[in-house]
Amino acid sequence: MKWDFAFTAEILPKMLWATGNTLLAAGMGYAIAAVIGLLFALAQRTPLRILTYITREIVEFIRSTPLVLQIFFVYYVGPEYGLYLSPWVAGMIAIGLHYAAYLSEVYRGGIESVPKGQWEACTAINLTTMQTYRRIVLPQALPPAIAGMGNYLVAIFKDTPILSVIGVAELMQAANAVGGQNYRYLEPYTMVGVIFLVISLTSARAIRWFEATVRRKLGMQ
Amino acid sequence: MMEDLSSYPLELGGPNIPMVRFMKVRKSYGDLIVLDNLNLDIAASEMVTIIGPSGSGKTTVLRMLMTLETINGGVIYVDGKPLTHMPQNGVLVPADARYLRKARSSIGMCFQHFNLFPHMTAIQNCMEGPVLVLGLSRREAQERAEELLVMVGMIDKKDQHPSRLSGGQQQRVAIARALAMRPKVMLFDEVTSALDPEVIGEVTNVIKDLVFKHRLTMLMVTHQMGFARDISDRVCFFYGGKIEEQGSPAELFSNPKSKRTQQFLSAVKAAD
Amino acid sequence: MTYASFLADYGSRFVDGALVTAIQFLCSLGLAVVVANLFGLMLLSSNPTLRRAAVGYVEFFRGTSLLVQLFWLFYVLPLFGITLDNFLTGFLAVGLNLGAYGAELVRGAIQSVPRGQWEASYALSMSPAQRMRRIILPQAFVTMLPAWGNLVIELLKSTALVALIAVPDLMFEARQLNNTTYLSTWTFGTALAIYYVFSRFLITPCMRWTERVMARRIGRA
Repeated sequence: MKWDFAFTAEILPKMLWATGNTLLAAGMGYAIAAVIGLLFALAQRTPLRILTYITREIVEFIRSTPLVLQIFFVYYVGPEYGLYLSPWVAGMIAIGLHYAAYLSEVYRGGIESVPKGQWEACTAINLTTMQTYRRIVLPQALPPAIAGMGNYLVAIFKDTPILSVIGVAELMQAANAVGGQNYRYLEPYTMVGVIFLVISLTSARAIRWFEATVRRKLGMQ
Repeated sequence: MMEDLSSYPLELGGPNIPMVRFMKVRKSYGDLIVLDNLNLDIAASEMVTIIGPSGSGKTTVLRMLMTLETINGGVIYVDGKPLTHMPQNGVLVPADARYLRKARSSIGMCFQHFNLFPHMTAIQNCMEGPVLVLGLSRREAQERAEELLVMVGMIDKKDQHPSRLSGGQQQRVAIARALAMRPKVMLFDEVTSALDPEVIGEVTNVIKDLVFKHRLTMLMVTHQMGFARDISDRVCFFYGGKIEEQGSPAELFSNPKSKRTQQFLSAVKAAD
Repeated sequence: MTYASFLADYGSRFVDGALVTAIQFLCSLGLAVVVANLFGLMLLSSNPTLRRAAVGYVEFFRGTSLLVQLFWLFYVLPLFGITLDNFLTGFLAVGLNLGAYGAELVRGAIQSVPRGQWEASYALSMSPAQRMRRIILPQAFVTMLPAWGNLVIELLKSTALVALIAVPDLMFEARQLNNTTYLSTWTFGTALAIYYVFSRFLITPCMRWTERVMARRIGRA
């Protein structure tokens, strides 16, 4: 088996277009996860015990079961109750919720890393709970959370190929299609691997740089 | 068990209303009683210092007054009005969050470990409360903050983040931050304990200024007996969750009546 | 049809699938542990060639997606004349991938052993091998156990992907049943529940127990 450069060139535009979709899926999924994850995290800090308990259980359940199964579940269960979701919508819900569970833990860790004295100082100058979170706690919870948030951004990106199981037209799906049509799997799958490698390595570096920058901007050495 | 609160007045009346009154205040963690039946009045412009061995409940007194700790019995009044409780249908009930927030606005506090906001500069630390809580314009808040930073001698470092400041400098900024809220009562919780010996003076000098020039009502917990003696109107010696002895610094330090006070003072003197 | 009769009819399929998942899990866990220790130690080697090889391995397996690696092994390797059994391909991919993450845990844990411990064993004239085996590794092992707890759950969840190369595991059976019965809630729901029981009530308690036992053995808590 030899590498076919002509074939590579021929399928390259298709693969790059699909890479765009992969990045889009990762970005959208992450945006959903970032917001819902914050809700999960804050729900576990309310004085309402029952809300804390339920959220904790939901997070645990999501983290304990495979993403691929969750994607199937969301995609196929809807129609049983008359709710037809497109592959994109189902995929975004599944991957967004999955990573929301992980991000909520990152947020929680960040918030808990803020010393108790900071909360007390906020009481002493009489800030409201909202003001305390917005102005004092979240800005300090952010830098320690960036590394974790960045890792999950890369992780969500690497999990997007799983969306191909319900037919989301991302990179893996494109490789499957191209490979199936031409009975050549070497080039498409290897190209997918290389594209993933390049993007994850670059983004890992970018995240480290970003973390250092934020710390400096906030004056925390 | 709920305490019968009907015997507590809704508001303090008569002449000479104290700025702060602890009335039969009790604080416990489970079975451990930290403060038992505390009665303590602090007059306006009075400087009261609390001394005592560790675990005697002295820091808890300040934290209760700042509403950082809830109390298990009794009522605290500030400026004649209940702090920990609010009137409802003619009796006192435990205060809700909204009432507490309003009531504690007359109290300011400085902490042992400063607790400055690390992501804000010195002046931003001092402006945050006035802008967000008091609703001052940024300009007014800045003027007020600069005035106070001049007073504590930190104006030339106003744009530094706390990580760039020494402990003594951080504590002085923290004092300015608390004063910017224009509290009626200031609390100092072991503000020199975390400092290197050579910078303690710069903080105690600021507090001395507050006492002698500005006549604020203050309550302070400290381990520095000499400082307490110099600036206090009254010193309270706490032991085992109770006031063992109190009096003017001259009386208490030179002629302590209680055996425990004598032991404590001689132990402290021996350590110096 | 009630859920009880659904289980009566198809319960054995879930049991079969769960067994395959369990075996996949154990095989890939074994491989991941070996790979993690090998490459974890290589990451700390003073030999630059070994170190670079380990860095390359870890970056490669963490940088490309597991699904991509799985498909590559399954579809591309046969083109070079190497045809592996589906089951073998499955646990190879999962074990090699999770092992790369494990290697980072091993490296981090060894580095977290306080400097004084290295110096003390040096002062006792221990050989490097003795020092590693008797002093450093036992402490590092206890340090990294909690993180391995999470990684082992990730590993279980990752095994669900082998269904996509037709290994008849739990995920595969659920999908097959869904295609024949169209009872998506029950098929996928049951599979989710089984994965949840595996993670939460088998793996997590086992890991916690090991953590406690090991911590006691080295005199921590």
